[in-house]
Amino acid sequence: MIPSHASRRAPRFNLPDERGRFGPYGGMYVPETLMSALYELESAYRAAMADPEFRAELDTELREFAGRPTGLYHARNLSAELGGAKIYLKREDLLHTGAHKINNCLGQVLLARRMGKKRVIAETGAGQHGTATAAACARFGLECVIYMGAEDMRRQALNVFRMRLCGAEVRGVEAGQKTLKEAINEAMRDWVTHVRDTHYVLGTVYGAHPYPMMVREFQSVIGNEARAQILELEGRLPDEITACVGGGSNSIGLFFAFLDDPGVRLVGVEAGGRGMTPGDHAARFAGGRVGVLQGCKTFILQNEDGQIDLTHSVSAGLDYAAVGPEHAYYRDRGRIEYAYATDDRVMEAFQLLCRTEGIIPALESTHAIAYAMDRAPEMGRDEVLLINLSGRGDKDVQEVAQVLESAR
Amino acid sequence: MDRIAETFTRVRGENRAAFIAYICAGDPDFETSVAAADALFESGVDILELGAPFSDPLADGPTNQLAAQRALSAGMRSADVFALVRRIRERWQKPIVIYTYYNLVFARGVEDYVREAREAGVDGLLTLDLPPEEAGELCAASRAANLHNIFIMAPTTPEERMPRIADAASGFIYYVSREGVTGEQESLSSDIGDAMQRIRRHSGLPVVVGFGVSRAEHVRAVAQVADGVVVGSALVNCVAEEPRDASSIANRLRARMRDLIVGLR
Repeated sequence: MIPSHASRRAPRFNLPDERGRFGPYGGMYVPETLMSALYELESAYRAAMADPEFRAELDTELREFAGRPTGLYHARNLSAELGGAKIYLKREDLLHTGAHKINNCLGQVLLARRMGKKRVIAETGAGQHGTATAAACARFGLECVIYMGAEDMRRQALNVFRMRLCGAEVRGVEAGQKTLKEAINEAMRDWVTHVRDTHYVLGTVYGAHPYPMMVREFQSVIGNEARAQILELEGRLPDEITACVGGGSNSIGLFFAFLDDPGVRLVGVEAGGRGMTPGDHAARFAGGRVGVLQGCKTFILQNEDGQIDLTHSVSAGLDYAAVGPEHAYYRDRGRIEYAYATDDRVMEAFQLLCRTEGIIPALESTHAIAYAMDRAPEMGRDEVLLINLSGRGDKDVQEVAQVLESAR
Repeated sequence: MDRIAETFTRVRGENRAAFIAYICAGDPDFETSVAAADALFESGVDILELGAPFSDPLADGPTNQLAAQRALSAGMRSADVFALVRRIRERWQKPIVIYTYYNLVFARGVEDYVREAREAGVDGLLTLDLPPEEAGELCAASRAANLHNIFIMAPTTPEERMPRIADAASGFIYYVSREGVTGEQESLSSDIGDAMQRIRRHSGLPVVVGFGVSRAEHVRAVAQVADGVVVGSALVNCVAEEPRDASSIANRLRARMRDLIVGLR
């Protein structure tokens, strides 16, 4: 049964608690040098969100600079091709800089400016968060340094150039497997060293409190819009919603508005990579267990000694050994379910969406499309499946061409 | 027997600060670490800090990151870190502290990790990414096992936060001399003495200073105001140099210690 939405109930999930916990997950696991900066950030964030001027300024930036609201698009051809559910795409791919990341970056850069920080740092995997941060820093005249794994710089070269065009310094990270996890380590080392004048714009619902809470709030605009839009278009809520999950910001951003709607099934899609052998994937819920990494307690791909596993995904943005702590909580509660999509299926889905709808999706977002390829045909024609198309795929075209070429 | 408390009592009686040396356990391999520990203790080190190699040491600079990578490549596991402590204990009764990251503790089970550490002869744990806010379980397990928990205070630690850290801490307090990661540096911050005074208003524990202490004049400056001096990267660099056979590494460590320890006297 679909619940009534005339009056919103008090939310069942009012998290995190005052210690930054989502049940047993989350927390503040950082070196002492950062603790007072995290407390300062939390109180600045709470003060800003309570300030109507700040919220008005953020709304203006989201509208005029980023291009909100984004459309909710009925993908008729894709729906017909898959032969089942009526599919809607939330078009975060149409935002300025190409993905949902700008929602969070504008919020955090405005906050940094309000806190009097002159310098901003960020990590990036696919380069979408780095590009959005660089653009927001250019917009507000802040110094910007982006840390990016050397392997990611290779496979996302276009985004490296975009960041540099916007005036950011991009620092390659050569440690470990040279992807997102190493970029976060290096960004945290920078922050420890420059904490007094620098704000760290973490790009996902990860890390120490207050980041998971703050990034969720800045991304929840996705779900707030989508919920109103689907009610407008269909007169009812969707039966199922899906989004890809790397750190988990686009998915939480979409799901959050629907958590209290028990009739709406929520499915996050992780990166299945080449399969479930350790080192070949980034499906934390399928292959990981609870641990502590880079600021919080959550599900992590690791060996029995607690050393972090290598990961693989065709999409740089999902190629990460841990998942946001709030996801771990909803997973335990059964409120969000988690699936994974392999690289091969993602490549099929990428081409399918391009061919049927003329939309080139980011490889990250394509994981949700790949899930829908399996799921939509199982659903009835009167059922609605809403997919978050969290980013566009211009950055991936070269990488896809190479993968398809070498598969030939 | 509380080796840490006894050590600080003894060095105080000798009217000097304690010398605390850091190396990474298993860098470049298990047997060489045994030889390195021998060389350090023979050279006058009072307390040995053994780094447990971790894949993602986000509080460490390049020197210690590379050391951890060498140790992990050599196959060093948590069980081997404890075995190394046991080997060192065959010869030495000076305090040994494990410098670690929380996931290594958590993955083994907090109580099991603490028990194994104690049984191996470890005197204390310093968990880099575990502020007192998150340390309840580890502190309880450590108290039950008579293992010390060393906590960090930083230049960014406000004075009103110090009682909370002091409450959780035992053994000694580790003051990091600068905002940043581990690693050698040219000069030390000049306000360490003020920090010592603030910390001592809140804790009766010995206070040691580390991060960036890499020269005899740094050792001398720190020893005048603190209860102990921690030297890490400068010694890890002695391990890192080629050739990396045990006797070359031990010789380089002895030579470096001769230079550094004059700062204590």
